[in-house]
This record gives sequence, C-alpha cells and structure tokens, in this order.
Amino acid sequence: MEKILLLDIPNYHRIDVYKEHGGYETVKKAYSMTPDEVIDEVKKSGLRGRGGASFLTGLKWSFMPKTTDKPKYLCINGDESEPGSFKDRQIFERNPHALIEGALIACYAIQAKAAYIYIRGEYHNWIQMVQKALDDAYEMGLVGEKMKETFSTPYECNIYIHKGAGAYICGEESSLMNSIEGKRPYPRVKPPFPAQNGLWGCPTTINNVETISNIPSIIKNGWEWFSKIGEARHPGTLLFGVSGHVNKPGVYELPTGVLLTDLIYNYAGGVPGGKKIKCVIPGGSSMPPLRGEQLEGIKMDAESLKAAGSAIGTGGVIVMDEDTDLVRVLARITKFYYHESCGQCTPCREGTGWMLKTLNRIARGQGTASDLDLLVDVAKNIEGNTVCALGDAAAWPVKFMITRFRDEFEKAVKREIVIPAANKVHSMRNTALPLADRSKS
Amino acid sequence: MDFKFTEENLAKIEAVRKKYPASKAAVMPVLYIAQEQNGYITKEVMDEVAKLLGINSVDVLGVATFYTMYHTNPIGKYHVQVCTNVSCMLRGGYEMLDHVVKKLGIDVNGLTSDGKFSIEEVECMGSCGTAPMIAVNDDYYENLTKEKLTEILDSLK
Repeated sequence: MEKILLLDIPNYHRIDVYKEHGGYETVKKAYSMTPDEVIDEVKKSGLRGRGGASFLTGLKWSFMPKTTDKPKYLCINGDESEPGSFKDRQIFERNPHALIEGALIACYAIQAKAAYIYIRGEYHNWIQMVQKALDDAYEMGLVGEKMKETFSTPYECNIYIHKGAGAYICGEESSLMNSIEGKRPYPRVKPPFPAQNGLWGCPTTINNVETISNIPSIIKNGWEWFSKIGEARHPGTLLFGVSGHVNKPGVYELPTGVLLTDLIYNYAGGVPGGKKIKCVIPGGSSMPPLRGEQLEGIKMDAESLKAAGSAIGTGGVIVMDEDTDLVRVLARITKFYYHESCGQCTPCREGTGWMLKTLNRIARGQGTASDLDLLVDVAKNIEGNTVCALGDAAAWPVKFMITRFRDEFEKAVKREIVIPAANKVHSMRNTALPLADRSKS
Repeated sequence: MDFKFTEENLAKIEAVRKKYPASKAAVMPVLYIAQEQNGYITKEVMDEVAKLLGINSVDVLGVATFYTMYHTNPIGKYHVQVCTNVSCMLRGGYEMLDHVVKKLGIDVNGLTSDGKFSIEEVECMGSCGTAPMIAVNDDYYENLTKEKLTEILDSLK
C-alpha cells in the first residue's frame, strides 16, 4: 500500500527534496479552483478528522460563513497529549511541508487570513523542525505576502506556530483558542461554535495536524483516489501508534480497516514472550478498552470500532499483556485526567479526584466490592455533565474498564483484608460488641 | 528584586507580538522568553510582562500558574522529567523514576542543593512508541534502560 504521509523518501522534511517530488505544486492547482470547489473535493473524498472525533472535514469547512466582514482563521491542533498518541510528531519530523502546504490550501478553502499551528510545548525540538520548514517556505515566497507573486493569485495568508506549555486541555478546540488568545485555557460553552465565534470572536476552523497533512494528496490526486483507500465510510490511511506490550512499538501508516490483530501481531511484532493479551485500548487512553479475547475480526476504522463498543480516537493502540494489573493501569490513567482537569466544571474537578482516591485504595488492597459500583456511578455522573469532552474522557476508561473487566476488579477487592489477630479473636466472641456500640454498654 | 528584559529579548518580544492581532495573545511566548532569561517566573517577572503587554498582572498570573511548563519556583540547571503515564508505565516508567530519584538523592519535585538537578514526574510526553523516556530540559531520551539512564545522568555535568 502506498503511503500518503510517512513516505520512504530520504530527507523529505527538507524543502528542496519536498519540491523535487512535486511539493507546493498542488497549492497552485487549488488556487486555480474556487474555494467552494476545494471544499467540495474534500467533502467528496470522505476525509474524516484525525484528532479523535472523526468528523467530516469538508463538512466542517463548509460551516464557515461566506459573507462576513470579520477575518477568518484556521487553527491546526498539534497539542498531541493523549496517552498512547504520538503520531503528529512523525509528521513534524518527517513531512512538515505537507502540513504547511495543506494549511495553505485549507486557508484558501475557508478564506482564512492566517493559520496558527498549535504545538505542545514539550515538543520543543519538533517545533524547531516545523519552524525551520516554515521559515524556508516563507523565504521561497510560498507563504505570506510574496505568495501573491509566486502563485499569481490575489490571495495571501500567514502561518504561525503557537507553542503550548504543558496542558492537555489545550487539545480541546475551544481551550486551544483561549490559549492562543493568551487567556487561561478554560473550554468555552458551545454553541456558539468556532465557525461562528472562534479566535478573537471571528469565524475559525480547527483541524488536526494529520487531517491537514492529508489535504495536498487529496487535491493532487482527486477525491475518487482518496475515497478508494481503506474503508468506504472512513477512507484514507491512518497513522496508528502502537505502544505498550508489543515487540515493535511505533507508528504505522496503514489504510483504515486494517485488522487490529494484524496491526498488533504482524506490524508491531506481537506480544513479548508470546503472552496473551488481556486488554487493548484502541484509540488513546480515553477510549473504551477491549478484552483480549474479543479482538479477532475487529477492523480499525471509526464505524467498525463503534460497532465493537469502542472508538478510533487518535488511533493510539495501547496493548496490555495477561500479567498487567488493570487496577494500577486504571489508577494511572485516572491520575492523568485528575491532573489535567482544568477545574472549571465541578463534576470533572471533583469526580476525577474521587475516582483516583477510590482506585488508589483498591490498588493498595483496601477496596471493597461497593467501591466498584461507586466508581461506575461517579463516572456516569461526570459523563455528559461538563462543558468539554475531558469529563467523558476521564469517565469512559473507569466506566468501561470496570464493567468489561469486572472479574479483574472483583479479584482486587476480594483480597483478604488483614485484621490484627487480637481483633479477630475478639470479634469471634459472642459477647464482643461492635466498636460503635461499645459506649452504650 | 526588579526584573527587566534585556534589549535582545525586547526585540524578540516585538517580533512575537506581530504574530497576533491582540497584544494579550503574546503572553505565552513572552513568558517563555522571561523564563529563559530569569530561570523561573517570579511575581516581578509577571508584573513586567503585564506592563509590557498592557494587560492585568492577575491575567498573567492566571496563565503562568495554569501550565506545568512555566516554573514559578527555581528548577535545576538540568530539569529531569520522567514520564510514568500508561505506555511508559507498561514498559518500566516507574522503575526509571525510582532510579532517577535514587541516583540524584532527591524526591520528585526536589532540587539538589547545588542547584544542578531537579526532578519532575510528567504526564504523557508523546514518546509512547519509544517508552520509557525522560526529558532533560528540551531534549528527549527514549528507549531507556537503567544502564542508559545512568549514563545520561552521569554525562550531565
């Protein structure tokens, strides 16, 4: 299968090499089309967003108002922070010019005056790589004021990088905009949606890095070409990040619809020591986990994973072998959401902490059977009751891990509680009264 | 103690402001410039950033304290960040953290008395496929073993 994003061409990240292979030619083609024609092409290709929600990209672009006096903006979400996701980093490193060319085409389609590429601050060295690519593109007159001349078009736009500073919440689109605006990144209440009221109150579209990097190939080869790759309802390739208990963890670019078992056993080299798989999280830590014995036949695309009771998310597959302590894993995942909750909504702020305390108690061997129902109950009370999806992201692993691996968690709470010997003897005497009643006697 | 930006940094700030239509938006990059100059973000730094951008000091405080990468306390010359999130945890992230703690003789969030090392347990750094990992300042070190980790820490002088 031909790759779209991670091509096996040496030094493809360099502008001269990218141009040698036809780079920045597609943007010329796009500028010979009307913006609506570009949107239509992307719509017909069936491209779905690669950031987690899998929303139709062309449809999202068409939400941008046509008649407005306000400037329009494009935000490109590279705040890759979901545990298990590490795919965008590959694009920054190996194909930054597809991202820049894609941004130029996307900005034209929605008639944006500027694009902000939001990259997480920890990716300092990868920010430098994208900045170098961007500086080269500016120097060659492919971006900014000189592009009018380069492409013989009346249209021009600028592309800027905004560096994050270590907050998972900024991956949420409205937090991301608040962060760019220099505000505390609390998610905004929707509606209004960004297409109506985004950056600085202006119409804004927000797409993932991988989504935008797919655009040049779609415009170059046409929607029909793209729509035939992978699954019909979720076409194209995906950058699958496989991590955890596999022999060859890493990012694999494969057509959608690849079997999960193929991905794990053939591409990622199977499980070390030939152990069985206990659990797989198929799309980043917030997605519902699957049991090892139910993986057979599951295809990796949005519709198939939905049917299997999970979601494709960012395509970040986390594999756990039969010896994994799922209580500890869930406690660690919950610690992440507790740490990253912005604190704006009470169910998320309080609920994540409550879940973490309970899970830690179970992990210490001090849990009770009622703790499991309590956890599911707290999770259900967070889910759907917060301004943004971080609440759901925190609730789903708890809810689904406990319901789908109830046997594992039952074992953890049925550990014998160590009671000091004296108390044991005491409690066996008929005359012994419970502590609370002793004062009455 | 007063804080003033160097002439060189003032020029950098001017360039950064041009990226945004509102000066408030420059607060994050300006805080980075300040942190680079001062080592960490003090109240005086926040006041100066606010003055320069024409915004309220409390808004700068709100931003500076929200993000984990702005340090409001001194950190070491080498700030060692260890990821223990799920993909790293499955491949020995906690063993790496224990090793760093023992090797440097300080706790998580601690700072060595000579100011050379500080440790932070961090959330997912996007190195899941090359776990376990640490980052020292801006640089990532991945696919670690205890031996490699010892070597890296020993090389930081």
